[in-house]
Amino acid sequence: MGSPIELAKDKELKEIVENKGIEDILGKSVPYPKDIEIKGKITKDIIEEISKSKKEPQWMLNLRLKALELFEKLPMPNWIAGVESIDLEEFAQYVKPKVEVAENWDQLPDWMRDMYSRIGLPETEAKVLSGLTAVFDSENIISRLKDELKQKNVIFMPMDEAVQKYPDLVKEYFGKEFPMADHKFAALHYALWSGGAFVYVPKNTKIVNPVEAFFIIGGEMEGQFEHTLLVADDNSSFGTSYIHFIEGCAAPVLRNYSFHDGMVEIYAGKNSQVYFSTLQNWSRSIINFNNKRAIAEENAHVEWVEGSIGSKMTYTYPSTVLRGRGASTKNISIGISNGPYIKDVGSKAIHAAPDTKSMIISKSISSNGGIATYRGLVKVLKGAERSFSHVQCDSLILDEKSQAYTLPRNEVDEPTAIVSHEATVGRLGEDQLFYMASRGIREGEAKALIVNGFIRDVLKSLPLETVSILTRVIGLEFSELGSVG
Amino acid sequence: MPLETIDLNVTIGDKQILNNMTIKLERGEVLILMGPNGSGKTTLAFALLGHPKYQINKGKIILDNNDITDYPTYQRALMGLGLAFQNPVEIPGLRLSMLLNAIQMKKSGSSFDISSIDPKLIIWARNKARELGLQPSFLEREVNVGFSGGEKKRSEMLQILTMDPKYIILDEPDSGLDVDGIKLIGETIDSLRSAGKGILIITHHAEITKFVSPDKVMIMSKGKIVDEGGIELIKKVEEYGYKDYEGVQ
Repeated sequence: MGSPIELAKDKELKEIVENKGIEDILGKSVPYPKDIEIKGKITKDIIEEISKSKKEPQWMLNLRLKALELFEKLPMPNWIAGVESIDLEEFAQYVKPKVEVAENWDQLPDWMRDMYSRIGLPETEAKVLSGLTAVFDSENIISRLKDELKQKNVIFMPMDEAVQKYPDLVKEYFGKEFPMADHKFAALHYALWSGGAFVYVPKNTKIVNPVEAFFIIGGEMEGQFEHTLLVADDNSSFGTSYIHFIEGCAAPVLRNYSFHDGMVEIYAGKNSQVYFSTLQNWSRSIINFNNKRAIAEENAHVEWVEGSIGSKMTYTYPSTVLRGRGASTKNISIGISNGPYIKDVGSKAIHAAPDTKSMIISKSISSNGGIATYRGLVKVLKGAERSFSHVQCDSLILDEKSQAYTLPRNEVDEPTAIVSHEATVGRLGEDQLFYMASRGIREGEAKALIVNGFIRDVLKSLPLETVSILTRVIGLEFSELGSVG
Repeated sequence: MPLETIDLNVTIGDKQILNNMTIKLERGEVLILMGPNGSGKTTLAFALLGHPKYQINKGKIILDNNDITDYPTYQRALMGLGLAFQNPVEIPGLRLSMLLNAIQMKKSGSSFDISSIDPKLIIWARNKARELGLQPSFLEREVNVGFSGGEKKRSEMLQILTMDPKYIILDEPDSGLDVDGIKLIGETIDSLRSAGKGILIITHHAEITKFVSPDKVMIMSKGKIVDEGGIELIKKVEEYGYKDYEGVQ
């Protein structure tokens, strides 16, 4: 209580019990015009067709074809639940909606502009963002950058456009942070990637307001494979501020599933500071893989915030490789599994240099039969002297039907490293609800109070703009819980 | 206007726990209900509040002339029934200050807005906490998580004071407390009686009666009231235990 920021946060927290979800706002999917839709078995021909339609340089086509080969060779990951239900040949691999890339919202066709308005994106952009790009199905459909960033020579544009305009810069970093051979879906992503954002922040540059990429999957039985690459050059946030990239996702309610296999690569140069927030609120029709990795050079700091709310199944493990001395990372995930849905999320920190630090905080809430799993890895390589890592996993289970699992793994090969882990599980049962009721508090009110209390501390450590969006997104899940009457 | 149970039968599953329980608690009086472990004392407390596991298959609960037998728990609480639990459950993630704030919100009938914190209440609660022998920082702990036995009793009393109910049921308010703690709770009970509250104290060893003089004493055994009287019954139990009551029908 007290400071304007805290009061504003309290105001946002209020929305936890009052707002409706994006799923409600977008409603059911409606048909819309498409320029290109490529379906069926993923072949060399399909890859060549996509690459040709994008007028890509040869090196990018070669990268895609190499990825396809790997995809065919690599085994289906057997450690993730539900993965066997995905039939990749059923999905459309590439969908280009019939839209010209716009610079202004009013250039978009009415039906599409209407969707973004309902989410409130134009308003958010005008108020808090210094740049925005939005991907619809497989292509960016709008990209906006404010003068503030143009004057600082910051590059912020659709990934495809960057391949054309800055081939050398893209080539230097693309695919270097997250290797395509990592797993089958990483390879698939590189073979089919389309859309996404490229950000380059020059040396010694500060960015005050965040930039955002927003992804919508408009139809069913399609795959979205957007790629985001963020390069923060040396000292690029020297001073009091940081580079903040916000990622948002949504989809209308579909009659059948769609598949998301996106990727984020971050390169954090010496002394840079990067803050990457994801507010994932896919409709329950989406199977969501999100591959995220950062490399942090000397004294760089990378923060991931993963607000994992929607989707049918989500598998995402933002990772940071602490490659330079003194590099640090903080990884906060808030996962909500409300209903018969799976959240398999976690964090990885690889300590590959001395004096590196990692802090991982996971908060999961499961209710109405939801399953929330934390799956994480802290690896300290030999020679990463005096490294420090702390993992805190808190699970809240709101009823008897729901489950939470914590699967942390530590691999420490450096004797001077300090690695610790704490886990708590809170369970809300009949006795707790009776206790609260005996104080005059009804079930929905009790759950809203407890959920609010559970995530409050972690919300307080986040930037205001993240809290604002995150609480709005969380609001949906527990809106029915807060209702009185 | 009293709180009454009339011929109350309570079962948990197939097991009958309370048998034709009839008690009456007037406002401004302290009633002590004593009985050995397993005699059904806590069952009575939970049944009065309407715990879903405790089924009432006969009889009535009357609160100020309203038949509340079928009322949901939260409504009974809002009508003026307060229970201090013997073993309160942990509420993960919820800080005591936020619970008190919510209690206040419900009591005042204002809309339920978890982000609206009443600074007056927080100041009041800090002072009350101090009076009950708790540090103000105690309010920022998660409810009952890692509380000691004595802290639980004090926290229950603090919640009751925030609810400000007409009738207060205290289930073993003296267990887990040292002499100073019992004295403090005893004095609090006395002042609540002076303020016109009806107070039902459930206990099996009556330590608390050293500091609170009851208006009525009832002895319970095997789900029934087996004796009724004044403070002399406590002395009898202290001297002879509950043996004499075991055969009473």
